[in-house]
Order: sequence, then C-alpha cells, then structure tokens
Amino acid sequence: MLTEWQFVGIFFLLSPIFPAAPIIAQHLLGPRKPNRIKQETYECGIETVGDSWIQFKVQYYIYALAFVVFDVEAIFLFPIAAAYGQLTLFGIGAAALFIFLLADGLVYAWDRGILEWV
Amino acid sequence: MDPIKLLESTLSLAPFEYLREVWVAAGMNPALAKVITDVIGVVILASFCLLIVLFLIWLERKVLARMQDRIGPNRVGGKFGLLQTLADALKLVSKEAITPAGADKIAFNLAPILMVMTALLMWAVIPFAPGVIGSDLNIGLFYILAVSSASVVCLLLAGWGSNNKYALLGAFRAVAQMVSYEVPMVLSLLVPLILARSMQMGEIIAAQTIPFLILAPISALIFFISALAETGRTPFDLLEAESEIIAGFHIEYGGMKWSMFMLAEFVGTLFMSALFTTVYLGGWRFFGVENVVLGNIQIGNLLAMLVFFLKTFAVFMVFIWIRGTLPRVRIDQLLDFNWKFLVPLTIVLTMMVVILDKVLELNGIAGWNRAIVHLISNVVLAFITLELLRRRGRQIREEMEGSRQAGPDDHHDADGHGHEADHGHGHELAHAAGD
Repeated sequence: MLTEWQFVGIFFLLSPIFPAAPIIAQHLLGPRKPNRIKQETYECGIETVGDSWIQFKVQYYIYALAFVVFDVEAIFLFPIAAAYGQLTLFGIGAAALFIFLLADGLVYAWDRGILEWV
Repeated sequence: MDPIKLLESTLSLAPFEYLREVWVAAGMNPALAKVITDVIGVVILASFCLLIVLFLIWLERKVLARMQDRIGPNRVGGKFGLLQTLADALKLVSKEAITPAGADKIAFNLAPILMVMTALLMWAVIPFAPGVIGSDLNIGLFYILAVSSASVVCLLLAGWGSNNKYALLGAFRAVAQMVSYEVPMVLSLLVPLILARSMQMGEIIAAQTIPFLILAPISALIFFISALAETGRTPFDLLEAESEIIAGFHIEYGGMKWSMFMLAEFVGTLFMSALFTTVYLGGWRFFGVENVVLGNIQIGNLLAMLVFFLKTFAVFMVFIWIRGTLPRVRIDQLLDFNWKFLVPLTIVLTMMVVILDKVLELNGIAGWNRAIVHLISNVVLAFITLELLRRRGRQIREEMEGSRQAGPDDHHDADGHGHEADHGHGHELAHAAGD
C-alpha cells in the first residue's frame, strides 16, 4: 500500500526542480536592469489608478459556493461507484436517492435564481 | 550486468525490474533499489512531459496554420520549422526577468512552479503500456481529480499575486469557469468508474474489452467538453481572452515564468487526451497487440505504447481542430451551459447508469449485450435531451417573435415623431425618384 505511494512521494519532491530550473537559468542568463518604469503594473500604458486587491462581483463567489456543495456530494459518490460490484439493490436505491437529493439541490438553486449571471 | 539482457528488458519496457533483480543479487537493499529506480522513472516521465511540449506547440501551430490557410512555422530547422519552439525557448531564456513592483513576490514567483507541478503530478497514474505506469494507485482516478483541481488555486495565486486588474479579472473568470466545469467532469467520470467497478487505472483498462466509448458515449462527450473548459482552451479560453482582458492571469509574466504557464497548459491538454484515451478508448488495448512476442522479447509492450500514443494524439488533434473551428463563448453563456445543461444532464445520466448497470448485472447480462443496452439507453437519453432543447428553443424563438411583432407599436407610442419623419423622408425620396 505505502510502496505504491512511494513513487508519488518522490515525484512530488522532485517535480519543483523541473519548472524551477529554466526559471533560474533565465535569472542567470538574462540581463538585469530594473528601473521604476519597467516595474510598473502593465495595464493601459498610463499610470495605474487604485488598488487591485479589492472585493469584486459577488456572483463568482456564489458559483464557488454552489461548486462546493456539488463537488463534495459528488466525491461521496466515488466510494459507492468503486464498491458497485458488492452493492445490493437496496444499496443502489440508497445511491439513487442520494443522486436525487443532489438533483433536488440543483433545482432549488436554479429556482432561487443563484445560477443567473447578473 | 548483461547488456543484451538489459536491451531485451528495455525493449519489453521492463528495464527497472531487471535492474532491481541484478542489484538485489549483487547485495543491495531491495527498498533502496526501488527508490533508485523510482527516481530514474520520475526523471524520465517528467522530462518526457516537458520535451513533448516542444513538439506539441509546433504541432498546434502548424495544424492551426493549415486550418487557417497559412503555412505556419517554416524557417527554423528545415522545411517544416521543427526547431521553431526550441528557438522560441532559447529566446525566452535570454530575456530579462521582470517582477512588477506592486506584486506579491512570493505568490507571483510560486504560481508558475506550482502550476507545472500539478500538471506533471497527474501523469503518475497514467498507464502507457502494460506495467508501464508510475504507480497503479487503487484510487487512481480520485488522485487525478484531486491533483487537477489544485491548478485552480495556482491560477488564483498568479492572478491575485500580480496586482493587476486584468490579471485579477482573469483569475476570477478562471475560478468560476474551472470550478463550475469540475462538477460535470467529476460526475461524468463516475460512469466509466461504475462500469469498471474500480478507481484503479489498470483495472479500468482491463475492464474495457469493449471500449467505454461505446457503453457511455454521452459521458465521454461531457467529459471532453469539461476537459476543454478545465484546460482553458477555445471555445472556453475566457481566462486568457486576449481581446478582452489581454492575457488574463499571466499578463504580468514574461520569459520563462510565462512559458511555464504555456507548458502547464500543453502538458495539461495532452494529459486530458491521455485520460480520455485511458478511460474511454481502452488505453493501450488494440486487438490483443500487447501479447505479441518476438523471439524472447516481449515486443507487444512497445506496440501497446505506440497504440496508446496514437490514440492520445488523435484526441489531441480534436482539441486543435476545435480551437481552429469554434469562436469564444461569453461568460454568461459558459456558466449557463454548464449549470443549466451539463450538470442536470450528468446527474440524470449517472442516475440512469447506477440503476441500469445493477439491473443488468442481476439479470446476468454481460459482454456485447450489456454494451448494446447501455448504448441504446444513451441514444434514448440523447434523443430526449435534444427534443427538450428543441422545444425550449422554439419557445424562446416564439417569445422573441411575439415581442418583435409587438415591438413597432411600442416604438410608435414612445417615439411617434421618428416614424412620421421616416414617412416624410420616404415621400421625399419618392418625389425625387419621380422627378
């Protein structure tokens, strides 16, 4: 069990090297002449007005919330699917009920107008 | 160590097993031998992913150019411009690395590295040929979903860390889009998972004596559409829409940091093609090609790998084809299409497969009979869906036509002068013509 994960662990530890190496190579090879104008925020050509770190359109967060509900519920379906061969018809009924509740949640969200882009 | 035996084991794609055998026989600790071969495997897998991108970018530029009636890269590296990408990479390495003064240094510099990491780590569970797999985890598909959703965080890190308004807009769009399309993706992957009764990639392939594309065509289509959105490719490339928000989340990046985002995109796209191949097209399976033996070399593994890559590149070509064909959608269309069409459809589909496959199993229906029943149920579902869409379309059209008929009257009430002026103008013209 743990030996299967050994490869993933080694991969995880080594994987930052592959993107980091070319970035470091660029830092070593490329020229280095920073100045104030070069380091300005690149927007419209004129000086940037205001801060970018703001609170923005709430709709994005509502979609993220809807996602959390659906994704967490969908994740619970994975064990059911993996053990599908051992399930009885009753177990399948329970799984179907679970999916029905998921669908019900979608209908509710739709009805409340959460899915409208405004 | 016998070089001929090493060559033979390499040709049957099992050199690590042979090396481990030899090392253990020479008195090395088996655990240490496993660690060493794992490290070599990781280096080979990761370098393959990074180097294939050089070819993929060339392929996409060339094919896209042909679709748009252009020639594409044709100068560097011979007639076909094969070394164009390498030349671009060399140029990018020699550029100055600029970090904007207002940026969050840690987030800004960490994002490209994490992005490539997530794109690479997913490859750990893809089976290239029988036995040629990083690690055949028993939760392989689950691992892929877990790692791939981490890329959303990297995009947000890049967009937020840049302290640029376009980057922030791109990051918000990316989060809304990728997060939304993950729901149909996860749910549509449940279908092959139920059909294979396992999350292990090796067993999913073993279960595909009949490719799951035949058993679950709707699920395959939904997965493909969500894969387009997850990798942020046309027609869902809103997160880096050049004409709207310049380049979205990677606007402030340049040189190698920028290329890391491009690299992650291409590695991710190829990965989605590979996953599609593995889950729906039967991976390396092709009429028992893996059993071919030449002398005492198991050449079948090499052929199976070739089959896997042919299938993967065929799927990748469809990705390019779609990029050359479809225009970009609007963000409200994108989200409506997901939440009001794909998600309800996948929920109904999953429900149908969950019940149907158990009923078939209890009645002892298997093999081609099972495949045909699944195919028919999919066709019926597709027909019902299209019929519903057609009705909804007609309803909307009639509403719009109704409002258009009512339209001129409203206009007349609100702005009668305009119409009279128009009439007067028309008379004048008629007079002029008469004269």
